[in-house]
Amino acid sequence: MHPINRRVFLKGGALSLVTLGLSPSFLQRTALAMELPKTARGKTLIVLFQRGAADALNVLVPFGDAGYYAARPQLAIATPARISGSTNPSGAIDLDGFFGLHPALASFKPLWDRGMLAPVHAVGSPSATRSHFDAQDYMETGTPDRKGTTDGWLNRYLAVRGTCEATACAVPASTPFRAVSMTAQTPRILEGTTPVVAMNSINEFSIRTNAGEAQRRIEALYKTGSSDLVHGSGSDMFDAMKVLRAANPQQYRPADGVTYPRSPFGQRLLQIAQLIKSGVGLEVAFADVGGWDTHVNQGNAQGQLANRLADFAESIGALVADLGDRMDDVLILTCSEFGRTVRQNGTGGTDHGHAGAMFVIGGSLAASQTVYGRWPGLAREQLYEGRDLALTTDFRAVFSEVASKHLGAAQLPKIFPGYGGFERDWLGML
Amino acid sequence: MAPFPTPLRPSHPRACTIGIAAVLLLAPPAHAQRPAAVTPSSAAAREQTADQQVHHVLNRLAFGARPGDVDAVRTMGVDRWVDLQLYPERLRDSTMATLLTRFATRGQSAEQLLAEYPPPAVVRAQMQRAGADPDTASRAKGRASQVFVEELAASRVARAVLSERQLHEVMVDFWENHFNVFAGKDRARYFLPAYDEYTIRPHVLGSFRELLGAVAKSPAMLYYLDNWQSVADSGRPTLRPVPRARRAGAAGRRRGVNENYARELMELHTLGVDGGYTQQDVIEVARALTGWTIARGAQGGGFMFRGEVHDAGTKNILGTTFPANRGIEEGEAVLDLLASHPSTAVFIATKLARRFVSDTPPPALVARAADTFRRSHGDIREVVRTIVTSTEFFATASYRAKVKSPFELVVSTMRAMNATPDVTARSAQQVSKLGQPLFGHQAPNGYPETGSAWMNTGAILNRINFGLAAASGRVPAIKLREWPMAAQLATAPHEEQVEGVITALFGGAVSRDTRQVLLTGTNPLLASPAPPGARPAQARGFAQVVGLALGAPEFQRR
Repeated sequence: MHPINRRVFLKGGALSLVTLGLSPSFLQRTALAMELPKTARGKTLIVLFQRGAADALNVLVPFGDAGYYAARPQLAIATPARISGSTNPSGAIDLDGFFGLHPALASFKPLWDRGMLAPVHAVGSPSATRSHFDAQDYMETGTPDRKGTTDGWLNRYLAVRGTCEATACAVPASTPFRAVSMTAQTPRILEGTTPVVAMNSINEFSIRTNAGEAQRRIEALYKTGSSDLVHGSGSDMFDAMKVLRAANPQQYRPADGVTYPRSPFGQRLLQIAQLIKSGVGLEVAFADVGGWDTHVNQGNAQGQLANRLADFAESIGALVADLGDRMDDVLILTCSEFGRTVRQNGTGGTDHGHAGAMFVIGGSLAASQTVYGRWPGLAREQLYEGRDLALTTDFRAVFSEVASKHLGAAQLPKIFPGYGGFERDWLGML
Repeated sequence: MAPFPTPLRPSHPRACTIGIAAVLLLAPPAHAQRPAAVTPSSAAAREQTADQQVHHVLNRLAFGARPGDVDAVRTMGVDRWVDLQLYPERLRDSTMATLLTRFATRGQSAEQLLAEYPPPAVVRAQMQRAGADPDTASRAKGRASQVFVEELAASRVARAVLSERQLHEVMVDFWENHFNVFAGKDRARYFLPAYDEYTIRPHVLGSFRELLGAVAKSPAMLYYLDNWQSVADSGRPTLRPVPRARRAGAAGRRRGVNENYARELMELHTLGVDGGYTQQDVIEVARALTGWTIARGAQGGGFMFRGEVHDAGTKNILGTTFPANRGIEEGEAVLDLLASHPSTAVFIATKLARRFVSDTPPPALVARAADTFRRSHGDIREVVRTIVTSTEFFATASYRAKVKSPFELVVSTMRAMNATPDVTARSAQQVSKLGQPLFGHQAPNGYPETGSAWMNTGAILNRINFGLAAASGRVPAIKLREWPMAAQLATAPHEEQVEGVITALFGGAVSRDTRQVLLTGTNPLLASPAPPGARPAQARGFAQVVGLALGAPEFQRR
């Protein structure tokens, strides 16, 4: 990580700039940051959900485990070029001599090198379910095997955060864009009592009429007598539109040299960057990406899964580059409902499994170049129900550590009811 | 006589149509079974004005007024109209019946649908075996395997817009939300057309116990809440031994009891979360329901009881002992117990009062409705009657007290605009865009029934945009020119337009502020008298008045 972050600069004052030899563009960006409202410099968490159960063993490749190659004669990713001594470009990208990244995740390698990437293996839900629906539900509500939970854990975080004791936390002034989901509907993870905004695109967040007059009159309709529910929501909405207009994300240009993939996922991440840089007070952002349910022909170094991973990593890579120094205050968390079978199936794919992998990406990780989680092994007797990667880290250990150490959440038992692993089971990533 | 393909059949052969409800000219039914203690409020003693009562019943027992409805209800009398709506089978619905024939997959079984619209994974496997490029094939088939859900959602909108049996459709909306099933859970969608048509619809104003039983045996619910996979824990005695040939199969590697359905059955379907059951009750009910499954599992099929996986041991549920070896009768007895439990009466009465009266229904009304539930042995029609004829229902505080759900907003807009629903998914997609995809709620609790859940920053924006889009021809199926008022008002002076729209959409009753905004907002197109040939511009101005009215706070309420 760059040794000089924005906080240091602000403390040191403008004079230190000269001695440190920083570029004028850095000065400009910093000056902009200083003008932003206070809320804009709070912490932001971006949760990215890979719906469909990503094949963790081909994402974060355990090339050091012989069981991996035995179980996947056609699907396995070759050992890294460095280790095998060849120059095979379709081999895994070595991380620590045991684990490697799928070659399509090349955009993650620079993040690893800079100490911004924390992969977690054998992580997931303790529930035995192999239903996409149930597993996603459990991961989003944060309550495995409890179907009656009505709200998502991110929304419970927002609610708890909003009501904490004045001394315990500096709650940002309520902003309509505290939590934004770049999805058509509010996802389960953000359902709950705290208002959130779900939108397909920022452009959608406006009154769609050609006549400015109609907009003015609609505003007048809702501005009158704002005491009740409907009027009140209308007033909030117009305030939100003003915030967004003032921030002017429509005029957004990514940082120099940053190009987001044209894919829907890439464009969603671009808009999350827009919101963060616009200073609208974004605290929690969510986006999801499908296509991971690779039962048939998933491919190996190339193919279906490789294409998905390339888009995934290039989009995230662009987001990180675009946010630049802001990554000190931003954490990206990726997850998927479960992993896939260790053995390849009869149709060139993999079926629903158990434990999976996550990535935690940010500028404030505790340690550089570390793969987290205890590796359970792939020998037959080490597998869950004789077929799947066993679980060694409860997803709530990762989520609660992030909520606590990155977002500063107190009252963790309210966010993750029924979980008892706080601190004890944390991985120490942050 | 028009064909009635639904289980609702007209009970009277000499139907003749008049006005709004196309009612049968019968004397009001004699309420032999009505509990004597329930005294409906008399029309004169109600807080709401006569006009308010007309709008109120059309907004609560129906999805808003279509053009002409207000006059028809006023002529007929509010009480008479309410009474007719309580007996939907006596209402002719021939236009609806004709439209229904165009929904090809309506009521089809999962087996039929699985054969005709196989899941993408099955298609991919087939293509793989045939040596085709699986990527291309799966993309096309992936959409096809959803079309019947879209058609089901479209039929829900169409029926709510067009059916004369408005209260029946309101109750379908209520019960399908109460007994929520999520189309997105793996193969659950294949069971939904039959669920809507044969599990829910026949019972919405009937016996709660029969409705509960139909849901408990529906493949849709068995699949959604996993009961179809729930089998006796190993080591427990089962009703019959597992056949030797099957030991290696499904029953052979059985996993044990699954509590999901048992829990929601008590928490969400009957007793309510504070209804007085324990975790041990959940386990015992789950044991009683082991073996309640789907004939061919995820391949489809009807309800089946499999004795070889049914836990045959003794159970103790809510203080009642259930002796061993009763088989399927045990599950039926559990449903009897739950349906007749006092907590269930209160829970269902509260939810119905919340739906029909207000987000915080008066406790006295809930108590009376729960009393009706108990004394009528769960006769839903009588519980609804108690609520919708009460003084609380016709209180001033209840008028426009409810925020419309997205479904109610879209349907009431279509009704107000005299829209003709079609069989495409487009109208239902509007409901999804506003945040309430039909059969799209993941959790078993269903969509919220209170206004605060529907009113937030993003939601209100989408609602305003929907109103503006509807009036300007950007919402499929809603065309301003089909609105009878349009021809009359499009070229009228601005003040007349505003008054006409307020009368048509709100019965003339809007806040002073709303009227003022609609009236005095300056519109350059209307500033000077229209020159000859300027009609398009005028029409656009009129569309704006309608759009503003549909986007107004008053229209977000019912």
